[in-house]
Amino acid sequence: MAEMDYSKIPKEKFELIGHQDAAESEKIAAPSLTFFQDSWRRLKKNKAAVISLVILGLITLIAFGAIWLSPKDPTKQNVQFANLPPKIPGISVDGFNGTTLVRGQRVDKYEQVGVPEDVYFILGTDSLGRDLLSRIFMGTRASLIIAFVAAILDLSFGVTYGLISGMKGGRVDSIMQRILEVLSGIPNLVVMILFLTIFKPGILTIILAMAVTGWITMARIVRAQTLKIKDQEYVLAATTLGQSQISIALKHILPNISSVVIVQMMFSIPTAIFFEAFLSFIGLGLTPPNASLGMLLSEGYKLFRFLPHLMWAPAIVLSVIMICFNLLADGMRDAFDPKMKD
Amino acid sequence: MVADKTQEKIILDVENLKQYFNEGQRDEVRAVDGISFQIFEGETFGLVGESGCGKSTTGRSIIRLYHPTAGKIEFDGEDVSKIKRRADMEHFRRDVQMIYQDPYASLNPRMKVRDIIAEGIDIHHLATDVDDRNQQVNDLLELVGLDRSHGTRYPHEFSGGQRQRIGIARALAMQPKFIICDEPISALDVSIQAQVVNLLMELQQKKKLTYLFIAHDLSMVKYISDRIGVMYYGKLVEVGKSEEIYNFGVHPYTESLLSAIPLPDPEHERTRRRIVYKPAVNDGAERELREISEGHFVYCSEEEVPVFQKKLADKKAQTEKVEV
Ligand SMILES: Nc1ncnc2c1ncn2[C@@H]1O[C@H](COP(=O)(O)OP(=O)(O)OP(=O)(O)O)[C@@H](O)[C@H]1O
Ligand SMILES: [Mg+2]
Repeated sequence: MAEMDYSKIPKEKFELIGHQDAAESEKIAAPSLTFFQDSWRRLKKNKAAVISLVILGLITLIAFGAIWLSPKDPTKQNVQFANLPPKIPGISVDGFNGTTLVRGQRVDKYEQVGVPEDVYFILGTDSLGRDLLSRIFMGTRASLIIAFVAAILDLSFGVTYGLISGMKGGRVDSIMQRILEVLSGIPNLVVMILFLTIFKPGILTIILAMAVTGWITMARIVRAQTLKIKDQEYVLAATTLGQSQISIALKHILPNISSVVIVQMMFSIPTAIFFEAFLSFIGLGLTPPNASLGMLLSEGYKLFRFLPHLMWAPAIVLSVIMICFNLLADGMRDAFDPKMKD
Repeated sequence: MVADKTQEKIILDVENLKQYFNEGQRDEVRAVDGISFQIFEGETFGLVGESGCGKSTTGRSIIRLYHPTAGKIEFDGEDVSKIKRRADMEHFRRDVQMIYQDPYASLNPRMKVRDIIAEGIDIHHLATDVDDRNQQVNDLLELVGLDRSHGTRYPHEFSGGQRQRIGIARALAMQPKFIICDEPISALDVSIQAQVVNLLMELQQKKKLTYLFIAHDLSMVKYISDRIGVMYYGKLVEVGKSEEIYNFGVHPYTESLLSAIPLPDPEHERTRRRIVYKPAVNDGAERELREISEGHFVYCSEEEVPVFQKKLADKKAQTEKVEV
């Protein structure tokens, strides 16, 4: 074969099949996820947390929806119909069909006191004839309001106090920390009792008591985190760029401790719920005719031997709420801290 | 050097700077203990010394992250610690910038690269509108060798070298005159180190920057610096032209540092002996930086000056002999 003259091949016969320059190889293909998108993706993988989130969503929806759609008036007394057992339409299992054992005999209580045929008390009634289910909805609402307030207090007082203390440092920090120590030295119960000498018992008094001490843990955690982040080089860089202290706190420190803040908030919610339940149980919390889960528990507990459902129902609801908040907080902690899991 | 001083403008003048932490307490740390040096406009001044000797602290005192315990820092003829007026302070913040040691800690992980770079632009209102801001950021990204599409990403998506480039872009956004490079390459892979150093040198040419280049590796500093200061436990022990220090360093601590540098020469490596530095016992003599030859300062007492001068002459004579 004769030598080919390659220079004679026309240009058009060549085709550019691949070309990569340096700039192109520097490009990153994966989509850019923000921190919260990434955390949400991780949280979705955690079954317990997702289920908890759904349950809490449902409970919230029902508890607040019940303001308008309550099956019965939760505060309306009807002494005639007192202490009725649960009766659920269409279910004839003993314990849920309106019958109880009286001296070894199954008796239809509803018939006995003359409840109309089409009236059902799904969870029965209490000793004053109020519908337990409606009262539980009302109590759950109180618990959720307390939870919400606890979260707000944590986020406002706690975070602000911690940020200022950590950012200022030095003398200011020392003084602020001593104040915290004094506050946290007073037991919650004592604060509550002190408030009761001035205010009437009720949800507002509980909130005031929480405002005194409820945010202390959050303030401490935020301060510690702030001290840690304050010395990071990106904060120094912001300072040398001329950023003000407030902007540094809001733009650099807060976003970087947000996960810790959220997790701490989630853990403080069940504590607050329990605090309210406890106060109401010992009679320092809400007062009748208002209902709270703690109060329902305390009423049910007195009649537990005879009408166990009066205690079971609120106990289960309270436990479910507490467990769900804890599981969700747990899941969030893992989701926010990729190093801990997955 | 004497001629230089009249020609070149001193941009930074540090005089007897002292920076103590926890002063007066039991755990007092004298991180910087009375150092003086000058940096001329347009040059690179290398600051070397082992870990913990106070290099970063020096840089941070200069840029007013700390309040010096004593001493004077003059930038562009103005006493830095006396800046009170807001406008003057803003001016200073724009003129002096810093590149940090740890590329993983120096970028806020919750901010997009574009916002990181534009932080200074936003603070000082250097952009007229959003388009101008984006344009400036894109130009900066390209200037440091990154792609403009990188602006919408988060720092964790980048390698150490790329992050360091972002840090450089952030500093450059302020159009500074003077940049303190606090070991900008010590956390990087060796192959990336050269890239970043070359970028810094290129930028110096383009933007007429002055650098204070901090490092603990004398061979790298020699490559980039015009003059070098050797630091030991909060004190400068030797200052001079980079070639001079590298070839004829006379202070025992400098000799110890030099003896630690490996050379790609098997003959040399076989005979290389690490000199361990033993600090001289305190004999009560008053020591300070004294000029032993033109532009070459050594930390010593008055009586030691001739000793070091002789040592320097000997060293120079020796190398000349070898060359002949
Ligand atoms: N904020 C501070 N409080 C107390 N001591 C400090 C503080 N900052 C630095 N030091 C101490 O000052 C000394 C000098 O620290 P510096 O960071 O300047 O060292 P360096 O030369 O930069 O070291 P490296 O090469 O490791 O970065 C160290 O002993 C350090 O422990
Ligand atoms: Mg350092």
